[in-house]
Amino acid sequence: MILGREARQGLTLISPTMIYALLLLAAPLLTVVTFSFWTQDYLTIDTTLTLNNYREAWTQPIYRILILRSLMVSLVVTLVTVLLAFPIAYYLSFHVTRRKALWLFMITIPFWTSYLLRVFLWKVILGYNGVLNSALTGLGIIDEPLTFLLYNINAVIITLAHAWAPFAILPIFVALEKIDRSLLEAAEDLGDGPVRRFFRVTLPLAMPGVIASILIVLIPTVGDFITPRLVGGTDGLMIANMIQIQFGKANNAPLGAALAVSSMVIVASISLVIYLAGKRFGGKTQ
Amino acid sequence: MQDKPIIELRDVIKRFGSVQALNGINATIREGEFFSLLGPSGCGKTTLLRMIAGFEDPTDGAIVIDGKSMQGIPANRRPTNMVFQSYAIFPHLSVAENVAYGLKKKKLSKAEIAAEVDKALSMVDLAGYGRRAAHELSGGQRQRVALARALVMRPKVVLLDEPLSALDKKLREQMQVELRQLQQSIGITFILVTHDQEEALIMSDRIAVMFEGNIAQIDTPEGLYRRPVSKRVASFIGVMNFLDATATGQDGTGLSLDIPALGKVTVPPSHVPEGMAAASVQSIGVRPEMLTILFDGKDKAESETTGKVTGTSYYGDMTYYTVALNGVGAPVTVSMRNTAGRSVLPVGSPVRVGWGAESIVLFE
Amino acid sequence: MRPGHNSKRFSWLTIYAVGYMLFLYAPVILLPLFAFNSSTIIAFPLSGFTTEWFTVLLNNAALGESVENSLIVAVSTAILSTLLGACAARASARYRFPGQRGMIAFIMLPLVLPEIIVAVALLVLLMQLGLSLSLWTVIGGHTLICVPYSIAILSSAFHGLDRSLEEASFDLGETSWGTFKRVTFPLVLPGVISSLLICFTISLDEFIIAFFLTGTDATLPVYIWSQLRFPTKLPSIMALGTILLALSVILLILAEWFRQRSAKRQGVEASAAGGFL
Repeated sequence: MILGREARQGLTLISPTMIYALLLLAAPLLTVVTFSFWTQDYLTIDTTLTLNNYREAWTQPIYRILILRSLMVSLVVTLVTVLLAFPIAYYLSFHVTRRKALWLFMITIPFWTSYLLRVFLWKVILGYNGVLNSALTGLGIIDEPLTFLLYNINAVIITLAHAWAPFAILPIFVALEKIDRSLLEAAEDLGDGPVRRFFRVTLPLAMPGVIASILIVLIPTVGDFITPRLVGGTDGLMIANMIQIQFGKANNAPLGAALAVSSMVIVASISLVIYLAGKRFGGKTQ
Repeated sequence: MQDKPIIELRDVIKRFGSVQALNGINATIREGEFFSLLGPSGCGKTTLLRMIAGFEDPTDGAIVIDGKSMQGIPANRRPTNMVFQSYAIFPHLSVAENVAYGLKKKKLSKAEIAAEVDKALSMVDLAGYGRRAAHELSGGQRQRVALARALVMRPKVVLLDEPLSALDKKLREQMQVELRQLQQSIGITFILVTHDQEEALIMSDRIAVMFEGNIAQIDTPEGLYRRPVSKRVASFIGVMNFLDATATGQDGTGLSLDIPALGKVTVPPSHVPEGMAAASVQSIGVRPEMLTILFDGKDKAESETTGKVTGTSYYGDMTYYTVALNGVGAPVTVSMRNTAGRSVLPVGSPVRVGWGAESIVLFE
Repeated sequence: MRPGHNSKRFSWLTIYAVGYMLFLYAPVILLPLFAFNSSTIIAFPLSGFTTEWFTVLLNNAALGESVENSLIVAVSTAILSTLLGACAARASARYRFPGQRGMIAFIMLPLVLPEIIVAVALLVLLMQLGLSLSLWTVIGGHTLICVPYSIAILSSAFHGLDRSLEEASFDLGETSWGTFKRVTFPLVLPGVISSLLICFTISLDEFIIAFFLTGTDATLPVYIWSQLRFPTKLPSIMALGTILLALSVILLILAEWFRQRSAKRQGVEASAAGGFL
């Protein structure tokens, strides 16, 4: 097919960005996949294709535990984050009438502090001598500092739920903003009370935003390794930490690549399921 | 008005992918006339205008402006200027800067530019508005700025793409008159794209009615209204009553018809379209104002028939009656001017309806 | 508020919103508190006011170097991402061509890809190509993740641009380049500045990619990471964080201001969320 003038101009214009993405995203991703079929032989790489890395990644209990834990943590984090975020997005969209932009701005500000420092500060808040414990002992609510706050999965979940809050709020907010208010009045006019109206009109129409925020939180959290490192303790370590170790101290890049590819495939399939499920629930709205 | 052609469209064809938007358009637009492209949305009128402007290339055929083929000549080198539907007023420039935009290319001194801008702004009744920002203007003012910006370029042809559709009814009617007067006083060819038949009738010297990528008829407003070539054109321009008819003969006195709803009639030869065979006549059309309700027993008409009022719509100055004629076919619409001593007839009233052979339009 | 709304639910939501904001700001509020606290231990109760930790920062050569590195990386990333983002945003807003959605989706992919994957993938490729790590490799990685943000910001700028404005310019005799210079660029300029600022800020804060791809020259977050292990260095890190926070907030306010100006110039109401998505 011969392309029209417009198509040619459009393709020319997008080509620098596309070429950049091909070179620095597609090529590296393909290399990682290839790498995962090779083997580390001390300082050299054996380029014979083999499934050994995958065999190890999928059978060794340590990796399986880490992958499962990562998934579990990510799913819980996503659930908590999105559930906490929805009322805020709803509040902003339906109850804040003036200065919405300022509210949104206020929500995003904390996230422009260095991520490292934010995670570290949660360590300060949740620690043995931390803000929370000293406040609670100071108020006489507890005698001994609580120890279940830091260096475990709870700490990882709290920290990540905090870290991804704006990414969960904004897509839901945008979806809610797009809802034609007269639809809600129509529902009310047709006899729905506030609760029925919420579940029959508002929520289905907001579903694309909810799905977007679920995916936008779920996918990156699986790959986080700072939070587990700083606040997770040994029980809180996740698969990304293991990937980092394989590429660093353990010097087994092919195994690291296999772990990375495996977790990406799993996350991608889960995301796809969530996306399709969301489409079934609210798909007719688009 | 002179008869010198300014734009010639020769077999202009436009395809978007597999969709044929224009199927071989032929038309000649004369210098100094106000020409309208009228049709429902999607008929190709805007595409045709954009091809004259140079924003789209014809798939086939030729566009000639002022004797020169426009093949390969981009919009910025054509002697046409456009008033966009959205007006496209540059939001970051003042009114004067907007009007001066195209003059920057014309190697004029600053003083000359300023003088041209002032002249153009006073032409559209916006003298003294030069320093206003674009967002301070009302819809009508934006439309005037867009017009001044085009006129200041002294184009051979001004192209107007639904320029009044964004205005409310009152302002639109006012601008229709103003635009027409302005065009007549400066004598530049205007080509207007519109879907509003009333607007086209009021403003144009000639109108091309377009349906689905074809020109159905090109004529003066009066010609279109009185002698539409097809039922489709007839019903697009104003209201037309269609009645079944059969031709019973044709000779030097005219074409004889049997119209069940009205009676027998002979249409004079001057009213029979050239080349129309008697046998091909299937129906006739008659405008609501060409039918008359004979209120008084003394009222006379060339011919008359009887009927019964089945509905009325009161418009203040006019009343539109629907009348079932002779009990045959669908009821027709009859428009009557309201007068002082006459009240609206109630539904169910039996009436006499007067008509004349001259008002009958023949359709194949 | 319209009558008929449940005012009780309204107040519950308000309370929730305030509580949520406290949760969001909890760590951020601590930052300046500990930066000005005279104790070397990061814990309550606070002991006294001091600006000592800020003075310590001034005399830290390694820190200065990492700041310099970060500035080089962030400025280069901002310019490169905005250029690439502008091309893609313009192509997606103005043209229709086969494969368009797919290409845009692929370019936006880093937005949902875990950073560790991006980092590891780039690292592996560089290793295979035998290229050494440097600030340039960090710039490459940062540009990759910043381009989607730039596209998001610039898309709204280019979408808000009425196509007939460019046609009008062309119709009035301007060339393509003249139209770009006199109409398109002035109208999207605020968006461009906003994109530069956002990309600069993201690059300045980014840690994971920098951690994997940096050579001997550490960027600021990499430096901070190395210092978190030393308890005595923590107060001055708090001071550093306070400065960074203030800087980020100023940059963001500027970026938002420019974005709203861009929308205003085009005569449309600035959508509340457009700039962040």
